[in-house]
Amino acid sequence: MKEKSVVLDRETVSRSLVRMAHEIIEKNKGVENLCLVGIRTRGVFIANRLAENIKKIEGKDVPAGTLDITLYRDDLTLIAYQPVVHKTEIDFDISGKDVVLVDDVLYSGRTIRAALDALIDLGRPNTIQLAVLIDRGHRELPIRPDYVGKNIPTAKDETVQVRLSESDGKDEVVIMEKNE
Amino acid sequence: MSEPVTWNKKDLLGLEYLSAQEIAFILDTADSFKEVTTREIKKVPALRGKTVVNLFYEPSTRTRISFELAAKRLSADVINIAAETSSIKKGETLIDTGRNIEALKADIIVMRHNYSGAANMLARHLNISVVNAGDGWHEHPTQALLDIFTLREKLGNIEGRSVTIVGDIAHSRVARSNIWGLTKLGAKVTVCAPRMLIPVGIEAMGVSVTNNIDEALKEADAVNVLRMQFERDEQGAFPKQMEYFKKFGITEERLRRAKPELIVMHPGPINRGIEMSSEVADCPQSVILDQVTNGIAVRMAALFLVSQARDIKNEDPH
Repeated sequence: MKEKSVVLDRETVSRSLVRMAHEIIEKNKGVENLCLVGIRTRGVFIANRLAENIKKIEGKDVPAGTLDITLYRDDLTLIAYQPVVHKTEIDFDISGKDVVLVDDVLYSGRTIRAALDALIDLGRPNTIQLAVLIDRGHRELPIRPDYVGKNIPTAKDETVQVRLSESDGKDEVVIMEKNE
Repeated sequence: MSEPVTWNKKDLLGLEYLSAQEIAFILDTADSFKEVTTREIKKVPALRGKTVVNLFYEPSTRTRISFELAAKRLSADVINIAAETSSIKKGETLIDTGRNIEALKADIIVMRHNYSGAANMLARHLNISVVNAGDGWHEHPTQALLDIFTLREKLGNIEGRSVTIVGDIAHSRVARSNIWGLTKLGAKVTVCAPRMLIPVGIEAMGVSVTNNIDEALKEADAVNVLRMQFERDEQGAFPKQMEYFKKFGITEERLRRAKPELIVMHPGPINRGIEMSSEVADCPQSVILDQVTNGIAVRMAALFLVSQARDIKNEDPH
């Protein structure tokens, strides 16, 4: 794979996450009943940044947790590498809460399907909403996001890489295409 | 997102056959599964549609129940076969029994057998996964893994730690598996037992040997106390129970002479007043019940990893 184009840089990633934080607050009419759950790995970093942004805007802490969905994947028997099982770390009760599920890229929707199953095993939230930095289309399940950083139309043989300073040293979103 | 394959074995037969990295990988995976066992809904769908057969040629309650719970918490279906109450009594060979279970489309056999090497032989003849739940005097890998998991949880790390194993080393698969695992992870292992119960040449496994319990406890960070298996004493080689307790039993007095934070472990079932006093079994340093709890997480990890390895192999023959 080689880089085709950079679609978001440090500033635009940051602005998107500020806007999304405002939208989350607006839609939920405040943050009283709100919590954020990031899907490993990059969803966790995005959830933490959204929580920081929300705190800057509203002055209140919103609990943020980490969800590992490996055990809930529907392709466990299809993938050619061994997934590493990590811990789910949600140290608050999600029952009755408005949970914003956070991931970096929304594509087929299968990760979100697995995350919904995993969340519902942990409790019965009042609502589950979905926030993604990138929506690249090509859904295979009836799943749609509530908050989107940027819609990026892609071809199926392209991939979208979200790079974040926490894991990759800098913030940017890149479309990758197959080598000729 | 793809991470390198770190586990590719369809079977778990013994810690002798694993690298330090593979042992650490099982323990890390078990750590993630431990979180599942603390939830209100203690179940994940990872092995949904898989069948686990517990094939037990020796009586076992705690190991079988632990494996059964582990499989159920992964959403697998579980069948228990106790050899003494099954048609195995009619004279079927072990391999034929295994092939029949394979023909039933089971995915994993968890086997306890009185012959050393039985699990290895079965694994060689079958395509499905075999997890050794104890074979003769050979190995009991999941017991050692849960012991090491518990130690790592309490001590933070294994490397450089001193662990003493007390009891019938000669007839103990738990001791052998622990020695393999602990030495691979860099622990200093001492075994302590009456001379008759120490196998000749055990030093070659990289352990120190003593028959003085106070000496064995002096530097230890943890002591793993094995059950005296009096039922296995066919040649009268065992000391009498009271004599054993006097010379090797772990008592409060002996603990006072050891490190104050010494961890006390026992694979169960405990014979109070033989291997250890009742007070020691219940003392704050005793992690015996933590071992039981951790056993489920470790066995979930073992079942999950062998099942995954087989799926990946089926997908890609290379």
